[in-house]
Amino acid sequence: MSSNYLDIIRPGINTTFQDKGRDHLYHIGIPFSGAMDNRNYLIANKLVNNNLDSAVIEFAYQGPHIKYSGEKINFAVAGDVIFSIKKKDAEIEGKCYESYQIENGDEINIISTNKSVYGYLALGGELDLEFQWNSCSINTKANIGSNDGKKLDAGQRVNLKKINSNKDIKKTNYINTKIENIRVIKGTNFEYFSEEGKKIFYEKEFTVSKLSDRMGMRLEGPKINNIVNTNIKSEGLIKGVIQVPADGNPIIMLSDHGTIGGYPKIGVVASVDYDRLVQMSPGSKIKFKEINLSDAETLFKLYEMETQNLLSQI
Amino acid sequence: MIKNISNLGDAALYCDFGNEVNKSINSQVIKYFNTIKEKKFEGINNLTPSYNKLIISYDLKKTNFKEVKNYVENINAKDSININSKKLEIPVCCHENFSMDIKRLEEILKLSREKILENFLNKEYFCYMTGFIAGMPFLGDLDENMRAQRLETPRVKVPKGSVALTEQFANIYTFESPGGWNILGNTPLDVFDSSKEDKPNLINPGDTVIFKEITLDQYKNYNE
Repeated sequence: MSSNYLDIIRPGINTTFQDKGRDHLYHIGIPFSGAMDNRNYLIANKLVNNNLDSAVIEFAYQGPHIKYSGEKINFAVAGDVIFSIKKKDAEIEGKCYESYQIENGDEINIISTNKSVYGYLALGGELDLEFQWNSCSINTKANIGSNDGKKLDAGQRVNLKKINSNKDIKKTNYINTKIENIRVIKGTNFEYFSEEGKKIFYEKEFTVSKLSDRMGMRLEGPKINNIVNTNIKSEGLIKGVIQVPADGNPIIMLSDHGTIGGYPKIGVVASVDYDRLVQMSPGSKIKFKEINLSDAETLFKLYEMETQNLLSQI
Repeated sequence: MIKNISNLGDAALYCDFGNEVNKSINSQVIKYFNTIKEKKFEGINNLTPSYNKLIISYDLKKTNFKEVKNYVENINAKDSININSKKLEIPVCCHENFSMDIKRLEEILKLSREKILENFLNKEYFCYMTGFIAGMPFLGDLDENMRAQRLETPRVKVPKGSVALTEQFANIYTFESPGGWNILGNTPLDVFDSSKEDKPNLINPGDTVIFKEITLDQYKNYNE
């Protein structure tokens, strides 16, 4: 029996354990999974002196309400999140990108993400989770990963294997930037679409639909007309691919995506914009902007440098 | 052989082996897949073989399109190690509870329900690939008169075990998932088992599958 643990009073809407994800499994149909917003995942771990590939609690919209039992531990929240900390004598409003120390009986209440989708709760220690294919990331569609591949539930207890001895309090001033344009690289079936359809794709606004989750983001807006074939022979997908089925509404593949698909690919989201894409909540407006491969590579390099720089300052 | 290599986004290589779907092209894809998988090129983090394409995704922090392309172009793809192909019988129940798209299929194919089942059942299908969702087999080829397009708007939820058709292919939804194929029936078999980390898939590329019809009662009692 572990003496340090979390009791889940309220699980939130879609709360899972996530880490870096699992690779080399596309060929049997298993996607990467892992934290949706990688930068915020890394920052959350750094704020509590964890290894950067440690498991964290990812939540979407409403997060969990947790009661902690055990010896003192640090925690931090990354993202754009409203939360509170309930101690014996007081309830305080929490701030993202700061670590806090909690003790036996304290509660963390993640009320909601603010104009975004995902947030990350990291605890300064190691959660006691099962690994499947070298990752504890939960894929709720395939029931793969820790927690029997299911999202967290009310009343469950999560044990900690160890608590970090380094309990230094950390803070950073990171602000999540929003972007209006999502940069994309032309897809392998770009020529399947009418001239008007291509124009609509790059010039019109789309709205993020409610039917969006860790697998994919469905968009609504002007229809993109296909003039060649609305089906292709099923072939591999990667995250960020934008498929357009016969109804003309684009679907963007996200981290738990199907590994194979048969709808034409009009574009692929540039890696540099992925973290910000997944944070766009239903109702948000999206516009796509075309960039070429070499610009996409350079922009990603800069984004990655910025991430490393942020981490080194924590 | 690879006819063309292009980029799929900024973190994957799109290797095109042609447009036809047949065992000979598929075996070329598998040959490259096995060779690259064995060599463990630094930065490559996933390989997705399909009928006639191979997608190689890589970690943009470690490598890039140019490097991976150069590597793949100069590779000497070896003949596949002989995989032990199996012949499997899959029970399927086509009761109206399960055959959600039978009316649609009757209309598109201009065949009766009985004729559709007769054409589909008790025939050998080759497994070209697995994926989309974990363990889902892509089987072919269906008879010429059995070929229908995908649904215009994919379903948000297709029930686990659904046996479905599109074009010359059949597949099995190994768990509940979104999907756009025409659903003909349902199997009570577990086609994917994540507790077997080294062999989670019941059906693998190269296997042969035959669908055998079962009644609703047999279906209900199958796992008891």
